[in-house]
Amino acid sequence: MKEPLETARSPSRAGISLFHPSPEAELNITTTSRWDLWLEQGFTWLLCGFALSTVVLLFWISWVIYQQARPAIQEYGLGFLWSQDWDVAGLAFGALPYIYGTLVSSAIALLIAVPVGLAVAIVTSENFLPLAVRSPLGFLVELIAAIPSVIIGLWGLFVLIPVLRPVQQVLYDYFKWTPLFSTEPFGPGLLTAGVILAIMILPTMAAISREVLLAVPQELRSASMSLGATRWETIFSLLLPAGVSGILGAAMLALGRALGETMAVTMVIGNSPYISASLLDAGYTIPALLANEFPEALEGLHIGALMYLALILFAITLLVNIAAVLLVWLIGLQRGMVLNR
Amino acid sequence: MVFSSTTLRRTVATSVVTVTLAFGPLLSAIAQTISLSGAGATFPEPLYQRYFAEFQKKNPGIQVNYQGIGSGGGIKQMTAGTVDFAASDTAMTDKEAAEVERGVVFVPTAGGPVAAVYNLPGVSQSLKLSQEVLPAIFAGQITRWNDPKIAADNPGVNLPDRPIRLAVRADSSGTTFIFTNALSAMDPYFKGRVGADKAPRWPGRPLSAKGNPGVAQTVKRTPFTIGYVEASFANENQLQTALVENEKGAYVAPTIENANRALENVEFDPDFRVDFEKLGAPADGYPITGLTWMMVYKQYPDAAKADAVKKLVQYSLTEGQALNDDLTYTEIPDEVAQQVIQAVNSTVTTGGSASR
Repeated sequence: MKEPLETARSPSRAGISLFHPSPEAELNITTTSRWDLWLEQGFTWLLCGFALSTVVLLFWISWVIYQQARPAIQEYGLGFLWSQDWDVAGLAFGALPYIYGTLVSSAIALLIAVPVGLAVAIVTSENFLPLAVRSPLGFLVELIAAIPSVIIGLWGLFVLIPVLRPVQQVLYDYFKWTPLFSTEPFGPGLLTAGVILAIMILPTMAAISREVLLAVPQELRSASMSLGATRWETIFSLLLPAGVSGILGAAMLALGRALGETMAVTMVIGNSPYISASLLDAGYTIPALLANEFPEALEGLHIGALMYLALILFAITLLVNIAAVLLVWLIGLQRGMVLNR
Repeated sequence: MVFSSTTLRRTVATSVVTVTLAFGPLLSAIAQTISLSGAGATFPEPLYQRYFAEFQKKNPGIQVNYQGIGSGGGIKQMTAGTVDFAASDTAMTDKEAAEVERGVVFVPTAGGPVAAVYNLPGVSQSLKLSQEVLPAIFAGQITRWNDPKIAADNPGVNLPDRPIRLAVRADSSGTTFIFTNALSAMDPYFKGRVGADKAPRWPGRPLSAKGNPGVAQTVKRTPFTIGYVEASFANENQLQTALVENEKGAYVAPTIENANRALENVEFDPDFRVDFEKLGAPADGYPITGLTWMMVYKQYPDAAKADAVKKLVQYSLTEGQALNDDLTYTEIPDEVAQQVIQAVNSTVTTGGSASR
């Protein structure tokens, strides 16, 4: 045992000396040893490789999904997007109810999460609460992001739905004349799914908005205050407009997460493939359908239709991201014009 | 770079030793035993897991693995030849059976009732649902709980003025097939509108969930819903269970006794499949009762595997049947079981010398 120990120690010393050069080597900055050069270049290539492989992975995934979706794309073409049929036995497939459910539940989530998230961001970035309250508050909100979505789904099933049911009943009793609340409530549904999603995307919204608000220069606040603006005037006419591009970015990131969320939504949306104007009615989202039907899908066309839906979801998230980039760019442009005037 | 080569060498050496120590016996055990892998229906999964555990105790040389991936998945894997046996609640259609190159023998192993379960707060006694009412609810013709047709069968029950929500399976399912098959036999309108299928198009915006546990949870958590699950799931989740009218006009509960009575007169075809139309309309007992099959190949690549399969079928249909009752499944009648064992023993052969 002793002998290999001894022999093995010398190369290890050589290895260490690379990173802890002797004093004379430390002073020499004009020449680089060949070994160092090789290491440096190798590392650069390695990093480039990793960066590139993520891009390749993206294209590869899209390609595989496209390949699998091809039978359905050939069969239905773009008509798939607005067909409402979903009949596994009769091999008739249409995407509209699922696209509708995905978009509506995410929209409800955004409608709730943006104001609440902004409120959290303002409270935790301003100083009207003592630091001892503010930082745990911010931390706890961010902690929501760490809860697995299955747990949130179970919580939704056991806690949120019983809490929301009387609220839904009130909405139905007083607002059943509007199409939005026109069906008798029963618990799970689009509204419930939206609320669950809102809770799940709240940390994204709050954390990024908070960073954006904190990044607004202190001088701007001081200037605004010194001109006689109250704190609320400063927040609403200075901080929020200054951070609008970042806040929009946060909202889009949150929306991206909401669109793709599977487990929690599957558990509370009711999984009903019909379009209903009422938010109290059940719906179905694309990820939920994939989770439910893919393992038992046998027919090539059925698998194709599911993959086609996956492709549509992919396209929707891509469009959301592009829209976000465009919006931020447009706002920047507008502000530039204002400044130029 | 951070690790010295000694550390590295030591780590490797230790790992190799550990792996050898840990997996050595396992590897040699695998070398000696015959391993059978099966996949398919989830309905009999608890039963099969129990069968195979007991079987292994008696036959230490044979290892059986079973994965509940659904009846459809079982048929798919059987056709692809990736398993040694499969399981399905619908057996196979003639077309599906023809696609299995190595031939297939059907082995009925158990049966069970599918319960109609509902959630009606404030109603304590079991609802009675007639052969007319139950299919009409699931075909979307009766949409409110206080419908006069339901009330007529249940005098004195305070039925709420609420819409009926269906709770069905989101995945393709053998349980759904058993249920829709029975309802199709009860009502021609249901047969035309929904039909007997593993994943039919339901009317009336149903809630759907994955697996028997998913539907059971949905019904348990959502007032004014009605759904269907294997009877054991209804008991487990303490769901309200309907009494369903049978051919004789009696309202019966989904118990083992009633399921046995329903299966008493089931006539098996020569290949041990059944006429599903007849299965869906039993003369007596609980009217929504189904069967489940194990499917084995006619040809196996080697004699050892063929023998292991024969032993497994023999066990499942003799000693195994005694476990059925414990796990709330019905037993296969003795004479049928004996015929199946004989058929398997005479038809299952080894690859080359097979006569199909």
